[in-house]
Amino acid sequence: MDSVVHLRAAVSLLGRFPALAGVDLDVAPSEIVLVRGPNGAGKTTLLRLCAGLAHLSSGEAVVLGCDLADDPKAVRARVGLLGHATALYDDLTVIDNVRFWARAAGARSADTEEAIEQLGLGGRLAKVPVARLSAGQRRRAALAILVARRPELWLLDEPHAGLDATGRDLVDDLVRRAAAAGATVLIASHELDRAVPLAQRTVTIVGGRVQPEASPVSPEAVRVP
Amino acid sequence: MFRDAALIAGKDLRIEARSRVATNQIAPFALLVLILFAFALDPDRGILTRATAGLFWVTVLFCTLLAVQRAFSIESADGNRDALRLTALDPAGIFLGKAAAIALELLGLEVLLLLGVVVLYDASLDSAGLLILTALAATAGLASAGTLYGVLAAGLRVRETLLPLLLLPVVAPVLIGSTRAFEAALSGSPSDGWPWVGLLSVFALVYLALGLVAFGPLLEES
Repeated sequence: MDSVVHLRAAVSLLGRFPALAGVDLDVAPSEIVLVRGPNGAGKTTLLRLCAGLAHLSSGEAVVLGCDLADDPKAVRARVGLLGHATALYDDLTVIDNVRFWARAAGARSADTEEAIEQLGLGGRLAKVPVARLSAGQRRRAALAILVARRPELWLLDEPHAGLDATGRDLVDDLVRRAAAAGATVLIASHELDRAVPLAQRTVTIVGGRVQPEASPVSPEAVRVP
Repeated sequence: MFRDAALIAGKDLRIEARSRVATNQIAPFALLVLILFAFALDPDRGILTRATAGLFWVTVLFCTLLAVQRAFSIESADGNRDALRLTALDPAGIFLGKAAAIALELLGLEVLLLLGVVVLYDASLDSAGLLILTALAATAGLASAGTLYGVLAAGLRVRETLLPLLLLPVVAPVLIGSTRAFEAALSGSPSDGWPWVGLLSVFALVYLALGLVAFGPLLEES
């Protein structure tokens, strides 16, 4: 079966600095892969490259059958990226934000309403301006947008950050359900206690290069000094 | 494209309605500028009456800068520009939507400013047709050029100071054309104003076409 993510010697330059310095990676359909590594290793750039946002300077990158060297924009509407920023408009309410981004991505309105309920953002909270939300609630709203979009490839950068225990469980549940439904998930995380049990495979990225590891892996075994 | 434009314009206008930046900050600023001009130019000597059209459109230009900066600052925050790029929205639709929202805000401000010049400068609003068409054509040009240069400056760290430097020289023909057309309307000789409305319409169409083509690549680069 074709890989959902297929990278060969992929290089992505940030200015002159190689954020990715020749990455080789294959991710199979419905696979949940954890990408771990120290700060500045290139995890976020890897996710952005897969989303068609970071520039492929050289090498080969095919995501969901789209060749990123030819047309990085082709893949964008088919992936969901949860980055460090939540991409919400502070002056709009939670429900306005979720509905806007979901409609912009072409999501069905039934999926949008379902996502809002699923993330516990219904009722009074839905009508609160995002500026008044806590960091965890903002994260939930961003997740609701991701869920409503029903992407084929989930790209999650520190998905547990800022969430309480219930929210973290919810993230794990959403990821497992998405994978069960056929989506592929790439998670970049430092929270190995949480992310390792969730992932089917862990890869390490150091200095912009990926080194695959055996799976399953315990958090202690993959902890970066 | 038009569906995308409606979605973006609706979102931008909803943000403005909720934040009230246009009504609580830009509109008072515009009136304040009119009042300061009235203080600076002695109304007794008739200078103010003769300069009404120019002062009106200079004030509109200042408001355009604020509206454009505001329209793109909301996209610069919290990773919204990347999120916009990850949608299936047509960049031409995003351009049209943002330009439409800016144009509607400016038209609202222009109505307020017209009332201001009537009260403060003793202007008489004859030739309403010429005034309205001038305002529509000039506003379309300002919003189109503003949106185009707004996205160009959006990705830069010095965007707040760079935008006026980029935009003001470009929209100088709008200032000249709209001032001449308004002068004709306010002085009761509307036939002198129609050629300027033609110029304003051409300017608006050129920047509308440029925006539809160039906004996507500029959004990618910003």
